Amino acid sequence: MTTNDSIIAMEQIRKVYDTGKVQVEALRGIDLEISKGEFVAIVGPSGSGKSTLMNLIGCLDTPTSGVYRLTGQLVAGMKKDELATVRNRRVGFIFQNFNLLPQISAYENVEMPLLFGGVPRRERRRRVEALMERVGLADRMEHKPTELSGGQMQRVAVARALAMDPDILLADEPTGNLDTSSGGDIMELFQDLWEQGGTMLVITHDPALARRARRQVEIQDGLITRDTGSPGADSTPLR
Amino acid sequence: MTSIFNSLRQLWRDLRTQKLRTFLTTLGIVWGTVAVTLLLSFGQAMHRQMLKNVLGLGNAIVITFPRSTSKPFEGLGKGRPMRVTEEDIELVRKRATLVDAISSEYADNLQLKLGTKTMAVDVSGVSPEFGEMRNMIPQMGGRFLNPLDESQKRRVAFLGNELAEDLFGASNPVGQIFRLHGSPFTVIGVLEPKTQDSSYSGRDKDKVNIPGSTFRALTGQKYVNLFIFTSTDVQKTKQAADEVRSILAGKLRFDPTDKEAMMTWDTTEMFQFMDSFMTAFKAFLAIVGSLTLVVGGIGVSNIMSVVVEERTPEIGVKMALGARPRGILSQFLAETLILTAVGGGIGLLITFGICEAWPAGMEEFIGIPEVDLHVALLTSALLGLIGFVAGFFPARSAANLDPVVAMKMT
Ligand SMILES: Nc1ncnc2c1ncn2[C@@H]1O[C@H](COP(=O)(O)OP(=O)(O)OP(=O)(O)O)[C@@H](O)[C@H]1O
Ligand SMILES: [Mg+2]
Repeated sequence: MTTNDSIIAMEQIRKVYDTGKVQVEALRGIDLEISKGEFVAIVGPSGSGKSTLMNLIGCLDTPTSGVYRLTGQLVAGMKKDELATVRNRRVGFIFQNFNLLPQISAYENVEMPLLFGGVPRRERRRRVEALMERVGLADRMEHKPTELSGGQMQRVAVARALAMDPDILLADEPTGNLDTSSGGDIMELFQDLWEQGGTMLVITHDPALARRARRQVEIQDGLITRDTGSPGADSTPLR
Repeated sequence: MTSIFNSLRQLWRDLRTQKLRTFLTTLGIVWGTVAVTLLLSFGQAMHRQMLKNVLGLGNAIVITFPRSTSKPFEGLGKGRPMRVTEEDIELVRKRATLVDAISSEYADNLQLKLGTKTMAVDVSGVSPEFGEMRNMIPQMGGRFLNPLDESQKRRVAFLGNELAEDLFGASNPVGQIFRLHGSPFTVIGVLEPKTQDSSYSGRDKDKVNIPGSTFRALTGQKYVNLFIFTSTDVQKTKQAADEVRSILAGKLRFDPTDKEAMMTWDTTEMFQFMDSFMTAFKAFLAIVGSLTLVVGGIGVSNIMSVVVEERTPEIGVKMALGARPRGILSQFLAETLILTAVGGGIGLLITFGICEAWPAGMEEFIGIPEVDLHVALLTSALLGLIGFVAGFFPARSAANLDPVVAMKMT
C-alpha cells in the first residue's frame, strides 16, 4: 500500500474523545495516503471529524489507535524534540479559529515560529515582512489580533503557517471567514504554493475551493466515505 | 548565539504582555521581602537597643547600699547603722571567692570651678575596676582611672560626656585643669556616650569620677556610700551576694541573714528578665516572619499557578508552532528569576529607604534598624523559589500535553 513518495500514510486511525461521561469516537478507522505535491480538499458535514483528522496529521494530537507515518517515519515513535521540529519545519497549520496570541502584534505572531526555529534576527525580519506583504497586511503589522477583522486574522494565520516554509500546509477552513474576493486571494496563494511543489490539505465547505483541489476526500461520521484518489487513480466512491 | 537572543526576545515579549502577572508576582515578592526584612531589622535593632540600655548601667553588677540592721545580733540592738570603710571592701576583695571585681563608691555633690564658671556637680570616688564594671568607656585620646591614680591619690578626673561638653565645649577636655572642692584636677578622659536606662545616683554623662583615695583625702569622708561587685559566674550572683554579706557580717557584727543591713540591687535579675524577654521576642519574630513568608509564598504561588494555567492555551499554540518543552520551561525559569531579582531588589530598596528615613528621635526605644542583607536575599530567593515551584509543575504539564489539548484548555 505504502508507496515511496507518500508523505502521509495513515492506517486504521481511530480517535476517541473521553469526556468522562461519554466517549465520542470522532474517527473510526481512517486509511489515508497522500503523496508529495498533492492538493487535497477534505470535505464533510460539521462534526464529522475533519478537524480531528487534521490535528492528527499535523502531529498536534495523538491517535487512540492506528499507525501514522510521516515521510515514512512513525510519528508515535518520535521524541518530544523531534515532534517540535516536525511541527516547526515540516508542517504549517492554519487553525479553524486561528489561534493567534492576542497580546502580541501581527508581526510578532508571524515571527513566533521563526524564533522557535532559531532563525537569525535579520532573516526573521525579512521573511515576516515579505509574508505580511504577500497576504496584503503590510500596513497592519503592528496591530494586535484583536484590532484586526476576522479575515485579516485569517491572513495573519496563513502568514504564520508559511513562515518556516513547510513541506505540508494544513488549513482548517481557511476561507471560512473571508468574503469571496479575499477568499479568492487566499486560494490564489495556495495555488501558487502548490504549484511551487508544496503538499496541501485544505478542509473546506466551499465548493469552489474544493473544486480547485485535484483530490477530494469526504468524511462522514468519522469515516472516509469518498476519495477521488490521487490524480490518475480511479476516482470511484468507496461506498 | 541566535537561540539565546531568540529566547531573550520571547522572554521580554512574554513579560511585557503578561503585565498583570508580572506586576502581581513582583508585588508579592516585593511585599514579602519588605515585610520580613523590616520585621527582622526592627527586631534586631530593638534587641540591640535594650541590651545597650541595660549595659549602660553595667555588666551584670550587684549594687550594695549599707543600711541599718533590722535584727538584733549578739546583744546589739537593731537599727544600728552600718558603716563600711575601704578596709572592709579590701577584706571582701581578698576573701570572697565568688566575687570577680568590686569597687567602692563615695559620692557627694561638690563645687566645681573653671575660669569664671562655678557649678555643683555629682562626684564619685571609685576604684579602677569601676570603669569596666559600669561600662565607662573612654572616648578616643582619654582613659579611665588606673591603679596608680588610686595608690598615689592623684587629682585626676574622668568626666561624663555632657558635663565635659558643658565645661569645655568643642575643645578637647583631656589635659585641662579645673578646680573641684578647691583643689586643681586634671581631666584624663571623657565618657563615650552611652544609653543608660537605669541609674542609682544620677546619669554617668553628668558626673565626675575621681579615684576613691583622692575623694577620701579631699572630703574627709571615711565611709562608702555604696559598693558594686560582679560575680565570677552570672548564675551565682545570689550566692556571691550571700558570701559578701557574711564576710561583712563577721567584720561589722550583724546577723548574716539580715538582708536589710546590706541592701542589694541585683541588676542581673534585669539581665535574666531581658534574656527571657528577648527569647520570647525572637520566637515571636520568627513566627511572624515565617507566617509572613508563608502568606507571601501562598500569594506568589497562587498567582503563578493560576497564571500558568491561564497560559496553558498559549503554551499549546507555541508547542503547535514548534516550541520545545524544554524551551518553554527554561523561559519560565528565566522569567521567575528576573521577577525575583527585580522584586527582591525593589523590596530591598524600600526596606533601606524606610530604615534610612527612620526618625532619629525614636532611637532610644527602638534603636537604629539595620537591614540584614542575608535575610533580604534569602527571603526574596525563597519567595522566588516558591513561585517557581508553583508555576513549574503546571507549566511542565502544559508543555507535555498534546498541543491541541493544551490549546483547548481554558
Ligand atoms: N476535545 C474534544 N472533546 C470531546 N469531543 C470532541 C473534542 N473535539 C471534537 N470532539 C467531537 O469529535 C467530533 C468531531 O469533531 P471535529 O472538530 O473533528 O469536527 P469537524 O468535522 O471539524 O466539524 P466542523 O466542520 O464543524 O469544524 C465531534 O462530534 C465533536 O463533538
Ligand atoms: Mg472543524
